[in-house]
Amino acid sequence: MSVAVTHQNQPANGYLATLLAGRLSAPSPTKGQCIAPPVLTALQVAAAERVSALNVPSTRDEEWRFTDISLLTKLSFQPVTAESTLQLVDIARFTIAEAGARLVFVDGVYAPHLSHTEQAEGVTVANLAHTLEKSAAHTDAHIATYLGQLAEYKNNVFAALNTACMSDAALILLARDTAVRQPIHLLFIASKQGGVSYPRCLIRAEAGSKATVVEDYVSLQDEAYFTNSVSEVSLADNAHVHHIRVQREGMNAFHIANCAVTLAHGSHYQSVSVAMGARISRYNLNVLQAAEGGECTVDGLALIAERQLADTHTCIDHAKPHGMSRQLHKCIIGGSAHAVFNGKIMVRPGAQRADSQQTNRNLLLTSRAQVDTKPQLEIFADDVKCTHGATVSQLDGEEIFYLQSRGLTDVVARNLLTYAFGAEILERIPVASLKHQLEQTVLEQAGLKQSGLEQMK
Amino acid sequence: MINEHSKILLEVRGLRASVNGTEVLKGVDLTVRYGEVHAIMGPNGSGKSTFSKVLAGHKAYEITGGSVLFEGKDLFALEPEERARAGVFLAFQYPIEIPGVGNGQFLRLAYNTLQTQRGNEELDPLEFDDFVREKMKLLEMNPDFLDRSVNEGFSGGEKKRNEILQMAILEPRLAILDETDSGLDIDALRIVAQGVNHLTSKDNATIMVTHYQRLLNYIVPNFVHVMEAGRIIKSGGKELALELESRGYDWIQPDLDVSSQSKATKRIAA
Repeated sequence: MSVAVTHQNQPANGYLATLLAGRLSAPSPTKGQCIAPPVLTALQVAAAERVSALNVPSTRDEEWRFTDISLLTKLSFQPVTAESTLQLVDIARFTIAEAGARLVFVDGVYAPHLSHTEQAEGVTVANLAHTLEKSAAHTDAHIATYLGQLAEYKNNVFAALNTACMSDAALILLARDTAVRQPIHLLFIASKQGGVSYPRCLIRAEAGSKATVVEDYVSLQDEAYFTNSVSEVSLADNAHVHHIRVQREGMNAFHIANCAVTLAHGSHYQSVSVAMGARISRYNLNVLQAAEGGECTVDGLALIAERQLADTHTCIDHAKPHGMSRQLHKCIIGGSAHAVFNGKIMVRPGAQRADSQQTNRNLLLTSRAQVDTKPQLEIFADDVKCTHGATVSQLDGEEIFYLQSRGLTDVVARNLLTYAFGAEILERIPVASLKHQLEQTVLEQAGLKQSGLEQMK
Repeated sequence: MINEHSKILLEVRGLRASVNGTEVLKGVDLTVRYGEVHAIMGPNGSGKSTFSKVLAGHKAYEITGGSVLFEGKDLFALEPEERARAGVFLAFQYPIEIPGVGNGQFLRLAYNTLQTQRGNEELDPLEFDDFVREKMKLLEMNPDFLDRSVNEGFSGGEKKRNEILQMAILEPRLAILDETDSGLDIDALRIVAQGVNHLTSKDNATIMVTHYQRLLNYIVPNFVHVMEAGRIIKSGGKELALELESRGYDWIQPDLDVSSQSKATKRIAA
């Protein structure tokens, strides 16, 4: 790859340089590793330049004020290049029964033997490298129109690093008026200690198309590793995309992710993001309503304990009139964990009749648990309806008493209320088996299973 | 259903309780026998609601004196959930909303928890569904309420019906209805009262805490007590409620004798 030529090692930026170099020196994991079209090569070169120019953010940066990632920079990570030897049985507990197509990446490397692609009429669910290898030039151009064009990397070092280092991607292309009934499962598995991977997703939904996508990060081990992912979702007029994002990484993992969504006229984006894994996680979600009448529902749940840190930064950009957005973000924080929520709602000049509601609710389970929440409204239009609110609370004594008065013990009452707090978000996941899996996880975490109360679900 | 010879279910003697250092109950005496319906009336702030919460075991209240025996055992030795299992039920003045927990699931969980404690078989979801739907007819409740989150988005009247539904399912020995009539329109009041009347029997007792007399038109009490400043200052039959309705609370001269209730009992029984 020509990227190596342009890369300059800057001492001030040694950590990023090492990561960049690690990626570039790696041998091709698969024969399709090189992303062929010149336009993509140019993208990667440009991104690598930005990595060299940018620094790892610190708590002195406003956007990272509450999230100290210095721990990440103290560790070194290597890309994994070997093809996975995992078998289906090893990943069975992560699979989703309802899913049609499934793309599995193990430590960032596409695992065809674990995947089930779909190349039906109007639908492409495949890995990028393979698609580019066999596709016609117009498909390449089509991909190049979106890949790297939605997720801003000029001033986002982790998006730049991912863009520079990506060797493959999960690709979902929906043709005009195509509805995919079964959910599409994108499964990213971490199996190696000390590994770094750069998962990449591109979803392009043409006019009137419809799909449900589950983007799922899991781990088979509990040691430190680093996932740096970028997802891009582009919706054409009246397209509907339901995007479920599950971050259930290992408890010592570092997970930094960027997702950029663009909505065309009358399109509808619904997302539920669940963060329950990783030692430190950061999720940036930017939704741009680029045309009139875009609608989005952006919900999230962070469920963390011990010394975990989960940071969610969202930005919903009402750039055009008649946009609608709904956001409910919840955090359940136990142990001495730390949650961060920064939710920006932007209403641009002229984006009249924007209708936006944002709510952030945080439940602190211990006296050491911590949350920093910052709702941010920036409104430059005068005929809009925007509400926002944030609450931080502990379990309510009156609620506990109510349940006790019905015969439940104090512990069961607390666990039930904790579960219920999270269930409000999980309820919004339209894939029953995944919802059930996550509910079970929450029940386990809340200790309800031991109480013999799994009958709740 | 007064029977002076029926056994005592609840015996409250000189009960004192405070919240945040302020004494709210200042020596309450009350005896409730099986089969009886008692109404406790009184102006706002008289301690009526505190009394119900203290009986149910609310942690915010500190017991500073007196005793409460429930079926002859010290009620205060029991945690709130143990009281529930022993047969004490409080219908809340402001039922709590629990988003995320389905009402049907919650009812089944509560029911099965008590059934297990009482050494009975649990009901599986299908059996329970039949059971609860039957009870819901009593309160003219739409089965849709089972699929909604507990009390979430319920109107005031729907919440109160849901409380009485829980009472119907849990079959308490002592039901304490805290301002169950507040927020009810006349139809809802009639339905809720019908439900309560259906559930009262010679094997249980009911204490209604209410500010207004109108509930007592539908659930006719055997005894009416007036609470003021943390004590029961007057006891009588159902006609006392009518007098309170027409004359207010100001005319009442406290009964000097603490055993006014027993006098009233004799008078009514005679």
